[in-house]
Amino acid sequence: MTDNAVSPELMDVFYRRLFPYKSIFHWLNHAPTPEDYFTKREIAFNLPNDVMLRYRSYLDVDEFKNEVCKLAPTRFEIGPVYTSRPRDKKTARQGTFNPVARELVFDIDMTDYDPIRTCCSSAEICKRCWAFIAAAVRILDEAIRDQFGYEHLLWVYSGRRGIHLWISDPEAMVLTDEQRKAIVNWLSVVQKDESKRPNIRFGSRPLPASLKPALDHLAYVFADLILVDQDCFLSEKGSEALLRLIPDTRIVETLRNDWAGESSGSAAKWQAFKAQIKTYKKDSSARAQLIAAMEDIILQYTYPRLDENVSKKRNHLLKAPFCVHPKTGRICVPVDPKTIKTFDPESVPTVAQLIAELDNDTDSQHHSDWERTSLKPYVEMLDKHNQRIMDHERKIRRGAEDMTW
Amino acid sequence: MYKVEDRGSGSDEVKLHGPRYPYRLNFYDTPPLYDVTIEAFESAALNRLRVLAEIESSAARDRKWDETKTVIIAQCEKYLPLKSAGALNVDLDEQRRTDQLGHFVLRLAFCRSEELRRRFVKAETTLFKIRYETDDSVERQKFLGSRNFNWVAVGDQEKAEHQQSLLTYYNTKNDDFAREKYFKVRWTRVPDLVDRRRVFLKGGWAYVPGKEQSSIIYQEFETHLEKDLMVTARYMPRLDEDTRLKGVLDNLSQGFLAGVSSEWNSSPMDANVQGIKAEMVDELAAKHFPMCMRNSHQKLRADHRLNHFGRLQYGLFLKVLGLSIEEAIVFWRKSFDRITDDTFNKMYKYNIRHSYGLEGKRANYPAKTCQQILTSGGDPGCPYRHFSVDNLRSALVSAYGLSSADLHDVMNQVKNNHFHVACTRVYEITHASSGVKRGDGVGSGESVTHPNQYAAKSMELEKAKEEKAAAMVP
Ligand SMILES: [Zn+2]
Repeated sequence: MTDNAVSPELMDVFYRRLFPYKSIFHWLNHAPTPEDYFTKREIAFNLPNDVMLRYRSYLDVDEFKNEVCKLAPTRFEIGPVYTSRPRDKKTARQGTFNPVARELVFDIDMTDYDPIRTCCSSAEICKRCWAFIAAAVRILDEAIRDQFGYEHLLWVYSGRRGIHLWISDPEAMVLTDEQRKAIVNWLSVVQKDESKRPNIRFGSRPLPASLKPALDHLAYVFADLILVDQDCFLSEKGSEALLRLIPDTRIVETLRNDWAGESSGSAAKWQAFKAQIKTYKKDSSARAQLIAAMEDIILQYTYPRLDENVSKKRNHLLKAPFCVHPKTGRICVPVDPKTIKTFDPESVPTVAQLIAELDNDTDSQHHSDWERTSLKPYVEMLDKHNQRIMDHERKIRRGAEDMTW
Repeated sequence: MYKVEDRGSGSDEVKLHGPRYPYRLNFYDTPPLYDVTIEAFESAALNRLRVLAEIESSAARDRKWDETKTVIIAQCEKYLPLKSAGALNVDLDEQRRTDQLGHFVLRLAFCRSEELRRRFVKAETTLFKIRYETDDSVERQKFLGSRNFNWVAVGDQEKAEHQQSLLTYYNTKNDDFAREKYFKVRWTRVPDLVDRRRVFLKGGWAYVPGKEQSSIIYQEFETHLEKDLMVTARYMPRLDEDTRLKGVLDNLSQGFLAGVSSEWNSSPMDANVQGIKAEMVDELAAKHFPMCMRNSHQKLRADHRLNHFGRLQYGLFLKVLGLSIEEAIVFWRKSFDRITDDTFNKMYKYNIRHSYGLEGKRANYPAKTCQQILTSGGDPGCPYRHFSVDNLRSALVSAYGLSSADLHDVMNQVKNNHFHVACTRVYEITHASSGVKRGDGVGSGESVTHPNQYAAKSMELEKAKEEKAAAMVP
């Protein structure tokens, strides 16, 4: 995709006719009519001349739409809800303008997988590396629902090489920075230094319960993706990386000798490692230690890698859903985690494609222009999600009223 | 929230219709609702601040928990005593009232920026933790019973259902597991356990074993205080209109940044020690002075003059060090050796006598504290704060001959704006031969908060060393 995937003219039409303002408003606001969650929410614009316009906020969806159309930003980002309206920040008393709420967000970016993926590097992404993202989505989605009990998770394709997660549960909205940091660390397994195994066990105890279901699924991912598709241990560099993670010098030496000058594939090498483990007696502590190492290696290669800084602070900005990726022209659309395995980033509509669809369609019975394009299923996905959030909030409010009777 | 009355000096009394204080531990739900004098207001806050500042520098200096605890308990003993119910001859209510007052005054001083709030909450939570750990266990149970912590006991069936999972988190033998009581709280109540993946989580509930109860209480204290500070911040502007109060509060928040100073009026050269003579100052400076005073002394020797603030700062320091008025006049006369007697008498003698309280207002001026020096405009100022990085490096090397590893260590503290910690490190490094170890500070872990404290402690150390050496001579 070239840089002219996006032009000022396309962006202008996109913002005037296609962008689903109302859905975004409902999603941020948690209610049909404007509340603090919308009116005190920071919107930050990235303008075409690389200028960043911070601390904008709006009283309602029309005002919001008017300004987006006027500014025609390359993209815009969502910040936290503040104690007062961000656009009045300058007149707020010193120390009284503070973030109070925001979705709990996560960012998974393909570049964090560079040390392990063999098909692409840096900004590139192909269908094969998407498998890493698919595994990450499945693990995080399950862990967050099961362990933290959150229900309102929105996964959004970032337009090029990653995916964002926005969690809108009432409790998640008001997490402090410290709590956000805690949940990030809970969900981080791979260490910064890749030559070190994950530090997840307490002494000789088994894997923590939270990681057991993850491991069960990732063992399959490992067999398909790491051993076959990516063939991570094929090269000498790859097999050395594996050997560094094995805590038994005898086995490491044996394997290194066996593999020297030979180019067997990853599956064979993994088999050889497993065979070496069996040279230790069943129930021996050496064997238990190596089985633990094996599990750790599987997690190291397949467990989700988070961009921690995005999640840890309430006031971190993150690109809004349905923005256009400036390089690829693709729309940052919501993604259903249940079908993540078959999601194809290449099939996501581009802004140019959408506008061509608009031109070709002469049927004007629809209320909104987006309904006449392939953006439709994505907007509907968000609307359903919003409905669940609003129902939940209403229930809480009604519950609170009941209590006061 | 407060009513501050200035009843003039001499009247430090507090009207005693405050609440009773049934527990030593306090979540500070209610502010003091009685009249206090501005002096009581300030001194309760200052004393607490000393302890909090020491907690901060303990963290900056990477002290281990036990070490921090020992240091802080000693500091509390001195500035913020808070005894258990069993203590004899102690007015418990009085101690608890002062504890409450100091806490609430500091809230006012520290609610005003996010940075101050964060640091205050951290230090206060640490103080609470230390008190909690050292509290009488019966009293502590009573205190816990007095609040609703919103925890839910985990029933036997539910516990059995999660047995395998629970056992992966807590080192419990099967027998102990049967006996251990678990309870549930929302995970947001125990972020530190979640952070370290040390707790079983299901549906947003954290299953916490009885022995981890304290984690929840600390967290509760922290969240509670954070929330209250935000509220205070919102109502603060009304208080800011009282300029006298504002002055006190500004001073307090400055003090936190600089590490609070103690007034250092007691001369280390007590009656049994000879006073300092003018000609001894060169040697004392080389052996015992902190960087700021070394700097003044060197400047005086190199330029044969010192600017007004330099003379004031250095002169008061020497006075408190033990230089009598007679010796001070000799010292300054010899130092300004390029002027006539007449000029000296006219221009300087009066000021020297004035600073000794022998002229004008006849006040006994105390020496400048680190806080005052740090927040002065510089020149002479505090070298750690006011010198450029390059100047400071070469000054430290030429004054104390620091090794590059030590220098790196000190400069790191400077980089993080921990100026008093940097100075304390220099003290520790340069007194290593007297057995001072990293973390010892100027004695029992205390940080440098006053140039005279630095010098006095250094001289005490030397004296102790000499006495020990003398005792070894047969
Ligand atoms: Zn690829």
